[in-house]
Amino acid sequence: MKNESSLQITPAPHFHSGDSTAKIMWSVVLCLFPAAAWGVYNFGIEALFVLLVSINSAVITELIITTALGKKPTLLDGSAFLTGLLVGFNMPPSVPGFIPVLASVFAIAVVKHTFGGLGRNWMNPALAGRVFAMFCWTGDMTTWSAPLTLPDAFSGATPLKLGAAEFLKTGSYLDLFLGKIPGCIGEVSALLLLAGTVYLFIRKIITWEVPVSYIGTFIILTWVFGGLLPGSGFFHGDIIFHLLSGGLILGVFYMATDMVTSPMTPKGMLIFGAGCGFLTFLIRIFGGFPEGVSLAIIFMNIFVPLINRYTKPIKFGYAKDKNK
Amino acid sequence: MNNLKTFPKGGIHPDDSKEYTKDVPIRNAHMPSVAIIPMHQHMGKAAECIVEKGTHLREEMLIGRATGYFSANIHSSIPGIVTDIKEIYLPTGQLSQAVFVDLEGEFDRIGKSSNKQNWDQLSKKDLLDKIVDMGIVGLGGATFPTHIKYNLKKGNRVEYFIVNGAECEPFLTADHRLMIEKTDEIIEGIKIIKKILKPDNIIIGIEENKPDALSIMQRTITQNKLDIDVFPLKTKYPQGDEKQLLKSITGREVPSGGLPLDVGAVVSNVGTIFAIYEAVAYNKPLIERIVTITGSIVKNPGNFKVRIGTKIGELLEDCDGFLKPPSKVIAGGPMMGFAVYDLDTPVTKGMSGIIALSKRDTSPSAETSCIQCGRCVRVCPWSLYPTLLFKLIEHGRYEEAQNNGLFDCKECGCCSYICPARIPLVQGMKLGKLLLKKKV
Repeated sequence: MKNESSLQITPAPHFHSGDSTAKIMWSVVLCLFPAAAWGVYNFGIEALFVLLVSINSAVITELIITTALGKKPTLLDGSAFLTGLLVGFNMPPSVPGFIPVLASVFAIAVVKHTFGGLGRNWMNPALAGRVFAMFCWTGDMTTWSAPLTLPDAFSGATPLKLGAAEFLKTGSYLDLFLGKIPGCIGEVSALLLLAGTVYLFIRKIITWEVPVSYIGTFIILTWVFGGLLPGSGFFHGDIIFHLLSGGLILGVFYMATDMVTSPMTPKGMLIFGAGCGFLTFLIRIFGGFPEGVSLAIIFMNIFVPLINRYTKPIKFGYAKDKNK
Repeated sequence: MNNLKTFPKGGIHPDDSKEYTKDVPIRNAHMPSVAIIPMHQHMGKAAECIVEKGTHLREEMLIGRATGYFSANIHSSIPGIVTDIKEIYLPTGQLSQAVFVDLEGEFDRIGKSSNKQNWDQLSKKDLLDKIVDMGIVGLGGATFPTHIKYNLKKGNRVEYFIVNGAECEPFLTADHRLMIEKTDEIIEGIKIIKKILKPDNIIIGIEENKPDALSIMQRTITQNKLDIDVFPLKTKYPQGDEKQLLKSITGREVPSGGLPLDVGAVVSNVGTIFAIYEAVAYNKPLIERIVTITGSIVKNPGNFKVRIGTKIGELLEDCDGFLKPPSKVIAGGPMMGFAVYDLDTPVTKGMSGIIALSKRDTSPSAETSCIQCGRCVRVCPWSLYPTLLFKLIEHGRYEEAQNNGLFDCKECGCCSYICPARIPLVQGMKLGKLLLKKKV
């Protein structure tokens, strides 16, 4: 047989699972799509405007920076699109247009690219964008428009701000679950966010460790101590209310599990999740803000390198005398 | 089955792609008109070439003598005349002296009835000498000289002799076919080894994706009332790695840098055992092996008995060529084999397969920077931190990489297989090891 001049030489292995960074990023985008659609349905066309502004700002910023630095184009890997989408998810629907622009620019330019771009940021860019906007324009970031799906029930306060008792006078757990509530564009529908995670689990884009330890820690602490301030004592926290309101579902499944900013080892992920759960509980129940998910995750992001360092697995062949 | 044995951490589940050849009986490949026989086909030192240009060779004649203990003999796989002796590149990228033999003259064995030797009378030392003389090395791929593995030092007790029939690499079915077609011979090979090692337990480990091999082995053992256990193993790569297999079956963990013997075990591949059987029972040196020639674009894939030194291209002709031009041709398995650029590359002792892959099979994608997903850490069967090692090597911090277990990396390829960022992790490890060894 004649030599094939076109034979490729590559190092082993010659087989691959077929997965790629781009596939992962676009899969997450796909999983967020139902919740985004609900956001637009729930809050109207202005929500779509916010989402588009966020995405475009993120993508354009990424394009400008990679071009300016002479890097390979990175738009197709989907990560900038995803960051922009998540920034949009974390905006109130009635927010003035310049805020999502600046939040996206901050997320991409400052949080992602000052540290070297994809995979090198130590903080979740979308959450950083949200927190940045929150501290800069607190008023605009906490003005809520009523949902179109249930316009008469609420006037401009999120369930978390109202508190469980107040909220349940007019709303129900089902409203919370379906997302017929005021809030950020992407965080309101627990149902559709959870539907998306099914695919994330099947594709093994996220694993069980972070969600389970995050939610586990959070509900136990909330159940035990959540009833203290309202005055109903220990073991009376309203778990369902706290699970379904605010950005918890979005944060747990789409933010805390972010590959770049969560630990690498299963053990590390458990520690990270537990830390997020504890801090979210602390801020929500005893802190000055109604919502604690963003801050909790960002705070735990700081510890990721440390967690990675101390959760290195014991190497094969180093176990102490297990043989005899 | 939930009683399947497996190793506890890491591993991957690639598509095993064995359907192309698992039911295709072993055929004889065409006798090569030219055999290119490298002197360095094994782990350790190259053999010393003892023939000259123009020498007439008989089949099975010794042409390369082992240089010292950690080396192996090389024999001529065909009768003929030495036309050239020069250095060639092996698929590993290594340079090796090779003897070019033009087929000429008569075969000594083919077509003649050979008498089976009665090896019962042979002592343990005689048997070991035979293994040395016949140039037997591990045929699973690592080509570790077998006589070293079986040479027990004082006080070494072999509690387990493990027969490796896992064949965990995708595509390969050479061992699978051998177990089905040469069951009795393998069993007799095990008996020979039993005489050398005197193990307390003999266990055959076979992945569950070979149910026919499992049942025929079990049946033969039961019929002959032998004290050998057959363990079905979970189909998981790299189940057939010597140390992982040992862990799967006995739960024992070979210490870093050690050998299975350190925990009272010896592991041999079924192909090696068959070669030992032929060496002892028929005085036959290791001049041929079973090679799986396969791939989605090979017209008639199959399992072939191939003379060492046959050109890869000629073997592909035995399979009627390709359906479409291949993007890669691999010597060995897809996980640990080597891509070849030259179809004149000869088959060596360690080459268990030749695989032609289309571009689609290799699912190429652009490399991105590491997204810290941690999948490499999860799949590494050696519990290493592949991405960290890679970054350390990338930045020239080789000593730190060494401290983080670089030399515990067996280059099994799980990390590169799973990496969504398509970082060539294994290549990085190889480079790091090479540079570290150079420094020392």
